[in-house]
Amino acid sequence: MRVLGIETSCDETGVAVHDGERGPLAHRLHSQVDAHAVYGGVVPELASRDHVRRLAPLVEAVLAEADTPRELLDGVAYTAGPGLVGALLVGATFGRSLAWALDIPAVGIHHMEGHLLAPFLEPDAPDFPFLALLVSGGHTQLVSVTGLGAYRTLGQSIDDAAGEAFDKTAKLLGLPYPGGPELARLAEGGDPSRFDFPRPLLGRPGLDFSFSGLKTAVLYAREETPADDSRDADIARCFEEAVVETLVAKCRRALRQTGHKALVVAGGVGANRRLREALQGMTEKEQVSLHFPRLEFCTDNGAMIAYAGHRRLAAGEGTDARIEVRARWPLDSLQPPTGDSAPLSA
Amino acid sequence: MANTAALVLDLPDPSATARLGEALAGAVAGLDEAGRVIGLEGSLGAGKTSLARAFILAMGYSEPVRSPTYTLVEPYEGGVADIFHLDLYRLADPEELEFLGIRDLYRPGALMLVEWPEMGAGVLPGLDLGIRLERQDTGRRARVEARTPAGRELVTSLKSDPLSKEYLVSY
Repeated sequence: MRVLGIETSCDETGVAVHDGERGPLAHRLHSQVDAHAVYGGVVPELASRDHVRRLAPLVEAVLAEADTPRELLDGVAYTAGPGLVGALLVGATFGRSLAWALDIPAVGIHHMEGHLLAPFLEPDAPDFPFLALLVSGGHTQLVSVTGLGAYRTLGQSIDDAAGEAFDKTAKLLGLPYPGGPELARLAEGGDPSRFDFPRPLLGRPGLDFSFSGLKTAVLYAREETPADDSRDADIARCFEEAVVETLVAKCRRALRQTGHKALVVAGGVGANRRLREALQGMTEKEQVSLHFPRLEFCTDNGAMIAYAGHRRLAAGEGTDARIEVRARWPLDSLQPPTGDSAPLSA
Repeated sequence: MANTAALVLDLPDPSATARLGEALAGAVAGLDEAGRVIGLEGSLGAGKTSLARAFILAMGYSEPVRSPTYTLVEPYEGGVADIFHLDLYRLADPEELEFLGIRDLYRPGALMLVEWPEMGAGVLPGLDLGIRLERQDTGRRARVEARTPAGRELVTSLKSDPLSKEYLVSY
């Protein structure tokens, strides 16, 4: 079974083709496409989040790369939420209509389900059940995954996401925005003991996160400390320590609470070296396996939507010939595939 | 002159900033006509999201108020008034608001609470009320300015709130 996947929930236009036997055949974000080839030499300046003008050429390019004429598609999957309604509607309208025209089934996918299933795009995929840490600019969530469509959110950020805290702290230190990776580089040479930043919610029971207070702590630390050669590097290092320690401690707590023997880390912050090292150490001690999907499958992408769609369509699920999206859509409300063509996103 | 009423408050701590959010919710509830746009201005860490959080909770929503910096829009629907909490910091061009469905958010009965409204200038509907937060020692100075007759009603209402007796600098 060959499924086209479309992701347009926020900034990225992502498209992929997934084959049930061969895995991902092609996957591209708008930003990676050779615009010259797609537009025949004319390269229009497309505004950010202009999914309307980006999507059709991107689908053409990905189908060509996957050597899949559209008649060979067996289904279409698109992100139906949560996200920006205006952005979601572009992918949903395009995807649902294409499926209708080709007379093949379509399915609306929950964006976060895509992230949770992304590790299955890799050869070292874990078995159910596992614990997932989704940590990116937009999300910080701990989810217990016991099967396809069986998700329980154990904890999440009540204010800023971890990646957002990185980007905003970078800005406060005078780095360009978004500067999470630059902040991590600056932190390399910093002294981890110079500042004592808060570990929000760490001392309390529960698995929620809060990172917005760190911003204020950094703001004050920078003002109160006269500039010297290492001030900003030390702040960056201490900030990174605070975030990493919090994330690792909550993962450990969630692993002990659930008894799960595998931890999956998805989201752009998963690329952070110190976080990886600290999680490696923790999971070794806890005797738990640790999985990181490759970075391009950690950030928003079409491949994870194509994969999730494939799983659901192969189980017989499908969405009616209606176009529905949801700005808010609780992950925990998802169900295993229904197999009776009931709309997933009704 | 009629639409330029302004209120300046010195908020000594985060709980005072939260009280401004609550007072604003009270003022909005007293308005006959909703469908209003409130701008939150100020630098990173000035307390814009904290103020928005207190406002949204006081409007009767109980879910966590997350930062809309990445999602751009966080909707709160099904309460007394629908609220759309926007953060336009990541917009490269105001035109992007069109792709986000801004026209569908600006509707009767709904409120828009917009951080970094200047990033949407020209496409974002005009502000009824602008609140600028600036750091002042460990507290914040809030300048609340009406930009329309409806905004002026909000300022008048805020001025009679007990909050103003405690923290008012000028009116």
